[in-house]
Amino acid sequence: MTISRDVEPRLERAVGHDSPLPRNEGTALELDWVESVRVNLSAVERRAATLTTRRSVKKDWQAAWLLKAVTLIDLTTLAGDDTPGRVRRLCAKAMHPVRQDLLDALGVGDLRITTGAVCVYHDMVPAAVAALGNSGVPVAAVSTGFPAGLSPLETRIEEIRRSVAAGAAEIDIVISRRHALTHDWEALYEELRLFRQACGPAHMKAILATGELGTLRNVYRASLVAMMAGSDFIKTSTGKEPVNATLPVSLVMARAIREYSERTGVAVGFKPAGGLRTAKDALAWLILIKEELGRRWLEPDLFRIGASSLLADIERQLEHHVTGRYSATYRHPLG
Amino acid sequence: MSVKEIFETMDYGPAPEAADVANAWLERHGRRLGHFIGGRFVKPSTGETFATHHPGDGKELAQVAQGDERDVAKAVKAARAALPAWRDLGGPGRARYLYALARHVQKHARLLAVLESLDNGKPIRETRDLDVPLVARHFYHHAGWAQLLDREFPDHEGVGVCAQIIPWNFPLLMLAWKVAPALAAGNTVVLKPAEFTPLTALLFAELANEVGLPAGVFNVVTGDGRTGAALVDADGIDKVAFTGSTEVGRIIRRATAGRGIKLSLELGGKSPFIVFEDADLDSAVEGVVDAIWFNQGQVCCAGSRLLVQESVAKRIEAKLIARMETLREGPSLDKGIDIGAIIAPVQLSKIERLVDQGRAEGARCYQPSWSAPKDGWYYPPTLFTEVSPAAVIAQEEIFGPVIVSLTFRTPAEAVELANDTRYGLAASVWTENVNLALDVAPKLKAGVVWVNCTNQFDAAAGFGGYRESGFGREGGREGMFEYLKPKYEARLARYASADLVPPASASDLEAGLGGGLEAAAAFAPIDRTPKLYIGGKQKRPDGNYSYPVVSAAGARVGDAPLGNRKDIRDAVEAAVKSTAWTQATAHARAQVLYYVAENLAVRAPEFEERLRSLVGGTRKSAGREVEKSVERLFSAAAYADKYDGRVHPTPMRNVTLAMNEPYDVLAIVCPDEAPLLAFVSLVAPALAMGNRVVVVPSARWPLLATDLYQVFDTSDVPGGAVNIVTGVRDELARVLAQHDAVEAMWYVGSAEGSAMVERESAGNLKATWVNSGKARDWYDDAQAAGPELLRRAVRVKNIWVPYGE
Repeated sequence: MTISRDVEPRLERAVGHDSPLPRNEGTALELDWVESVRVNLSAVERRAATLTTRRSVKKDWQAAWLLKAVTLIDLTTLAGDDTPGRVRRLCAKAMHPVRQDLLDALGVGDLRITTGAVCVYHDMVPAAVAALGNSGVPVAAVSTGFPAGLSPLETRIEEIRRSVAAGAAEIDIVISRRHALTHDWEALYEELRLFRQACGPAHMKAILATGELGTLRNVYRASLVAMMAGSDFIKTSTGKEPVNATLPVSLVMARAIREYSERTGVAVGFKPAGGLRTAKDALAWLILIKEELGRRWLEPDLFRIGASSLLADIERQLEHHVTGRYSATYRHPLG
Repeated sequence: MSVKEIFETMDYGPAPEAADVANAWLERHGRRLGHFIGGRFVKPSTGETFATHHPGDGKELAQVAQGDERDVAKAVKAARAALPAWRDLGGPGRARYLYALARHVQKHARLLAVLESLDNGKPIRETRDLDVPLVARHFYHHAGWAQLLDREFPDHEGVGVCAQIIPWNFPLLMLAWKVAPALAAGNTVVLKPAEFTPLTALLFAELANEVGLPAGVFNVVTGDGRTGAALVDADGIDKVAFTGSTEVGRIIRRATAGRGIKLSLELGGKSPFIVFEDADLDSAVEGVVDAIWFNQGQVCCAGSRLLVQESVAKRIEAKLIARMETLREGPSLDKGIDIGAIIAPVQLSKIERLVDQGRAEGARCYQPSWSAPKDGWYYPPTLFTEVSPAAVIAQEEIFGPVIVSLTFRTPAEAVELANDTRYGLAASVWTENVNLALDVAPKLKAGVVWVNCTNQFDAAAGFGGYRESGFGREGGREGMFEYLKPKYEARLARYASADLVPPASASDLEAGLGGGLEAAAAFAPIDRTPKLYIGGKQKRPDGNYSYPVVSAAGARVGDAPLGNRKDIRDAVEAAVKSTAWTQATAHARAQVLYYVAENLAVRAPEFEERLRSLVGGTRKSAGREVEKSVERLFSAAAYADKYDGRVHPTPMRNVTLAMNEPYDVLAIVCPDEAPLLAFVSLVAPALAMGNRVVVVPSARWPLLATDLYQVFDTSDVPGGAVNIVTGVRDELARVLAQHDAVEAMWYVGSAEGSAMVERESAGNLKATWVNSGKARDWYDDAQAAGPELLRRAVRVKNIWVPYGE
């Protein structure tokens, strides 16, 4: 029995998935485009609900997909009681997220599997940078008055500069929700332009805090404005909102990314964060991205998953794949 | 492929659902299944069997019985024998069986889903997530109707033995749609599943035995079209319910004509899928996937005509072409496919032929860059653009994964294009503007309209077509009526032969047969010339002949115009054009009907006199007929704004509006007797619901109707709302029954006339309501003023409006 072969129709044809992509330099603010956005909640929910019932990955495919998910994780700690020691432990885990014997058993022992990044508050950046050394795992810093984004603009910009100076290669900024809620797209655009400038060489991930934007239409519009302002990634949530990453919200953001890519030729990354805790969740999001954006987006330069507990579940699933027995959490090293 | 390689390719890989349990079930039956009659599997009387295949690889799954008329007769006999006890069990008693069936479907959900996917070739996702849950839902819902039957449908009873013929595209779901309401209403069933997909019906029969359903209540006879024909022709059936092609629907309409058989037909479609420029385009594209690439496009209500507003046509086209690339086609039991195999080679070649024709006609054809698997009966998703409305692929039902797209400029043009079809099953409307959606939905000639969604089904909402997509509804309250009849029907006697004036032919009448004119002269000192009433104007008949009107006592009272087929043509034309009446508010229609009543009452003495001169009887009896007629007009006026639609509670975030819509043109053929009261009793409710009517009044005593048009004229009835053509009843009735612009027809007259109307209605499959030669008591409100008339005067359109922001 055969299945029609999988096709990667979009960017894939032009660019192999290991070739580096140009950064998103942004565009002028195109208000007509922003205003023309229509999103139908019920239809989006229907598509989101059937995405994961239309696709299934099993056996070796599942193992490979879960390994891929590991490489996409921004391993995160954003707690008031973070210490350099705690961050060092996390970094060690980021560099060796899966037990070597499991990787060997899966035949991928030489792939140098690491997580996508380590994500911390500004004060923890130096400790993370030191711990990760030349492992190739970047440090991401949440910034701009995370999570509410309500500190003075000057201090928010300064916060970015300092994190970049401290060695953060990626800056996860939060948008001013009030601009999106009042549809003051100019203000949102200008603010994000300033943030992007302050980031310099560091990549900017714009957190939309979708759980506070009220409607999916606002989510789509804020996504467009964030990309027009030059975001390298758009990200769903801080993890601190009452509702964080959901499939419908992610679907809408992925569609915005697709439209931006079709119109400008530039690929922007996507990062769901908050609420992804299980291997099954990870597969659902990978399916969503593959279906809506294509294979090219299943790489760390275009897709990250912000999560702290997800990795532990994936490790257990991978061990189950290798041994055929269900695994226990304590069999996998803590981060 | 190694984990390492997959890590690079990130392909999905195979994800097969196991078929072992379904295969074990088939093995348990030795891969040979008989009919299910009287609670047992029985061998076909001829011993003849045929193979059913898995479309994914063309391999044989099992041999099933080929039924002939002897098998059918046995099954009907079993159903007939089981009927009294099943009926007497009562609604609540039957509810328990329906509930048990729902539970059993759930308990064996996966087996049913896998077997269905094997036999039909449709993706396991669809049988698992849609078909089987909807089947269970249908039995739950109808367990409820059984429970509430006496309260919710007072004075109704089951019709009897139901012959049900279902298609291969949703074998188990169509079984549920047919069987659940039939059993709930107290009927027994003989079901003929499609020859390509008989297996789940036989598995369901086993479940019926498991829940202890009494033997004979549910029977299955398998076979091909010949078996279906034998079932339709069988003696002892009271109802035929058919889902399938319009072509076969017509044959069944003719075959059941005049046999007193209740009929519901759910037929083909070429449903429009309308995308306005302010739609969520990405969601609309997914809507197209759900419309035409669901069940391989083998869906009678599939959105197969994509109508896109010009301003977004290019964008939609590009998005669809891209979307086709990511669809996956393959074996039905793989959990990661979107499209399975086409049911059979014959269907596959039909699709190929129509696609070739589309290409030849100059339309642009898009298919994905991948090719469909070769080891089964697969066809790739296909999009045609630059299609003209006249193209064959824009008109004919393809019944495959092929969508044709056309563009429009304005909402009015969208409606015009959408309605430019003989079919009228369903429509989808995509816009974020609620004003636009709710303006367009009622204008679409379709039984179901989905706003910003498509192919949504639920047991609580009626499903069924307009025009040549058939008549009758399945699901909801409206669907229950297809399996019920008013109890008074059983008490009606046939007309005594003396009551039926032998029909004269028009040519006899043209020869000027008739008695003396003295009586008429005595009644009207100045000669009166009754005319036809067409488009609000008094018209001489096309042939310019009159015929004598003779009283019951044998006196010639006057002449009536002898209408012919051209007068019918003109009357229908006038009715088609007179949209004002239908568009008037219910309140406005009520005011007009009250006004008609008022003006009739003013002229009561004149009408009483006319009645006495024709029918005879006493002043009192004539007065009673006029008085009752005024009362009927009041009742109809009262109902105009009260016989309202419903909001069905379908299980999703959504408002499902069940709207009662009139027919564009409803033809009414009145009986001879009660020439005023019968006319008013039939016409008033039809008008109240907004129908434009063409009426053939009492052929024997037409002068009441011709007097009445003066009342209409003085009562603000807009021209064309009521059209009256007098003449030879069955000759005019035949023209009406054959007329393709007449959408529904009521006939009260002889048994032969009833049969003729049913037979001749097959052309456009108009909804007919005939009396089968039985006399009705026009003074009995239950028979002549009940909600039954209002129900017959409307068709239910279900409009699904999901909401949420």
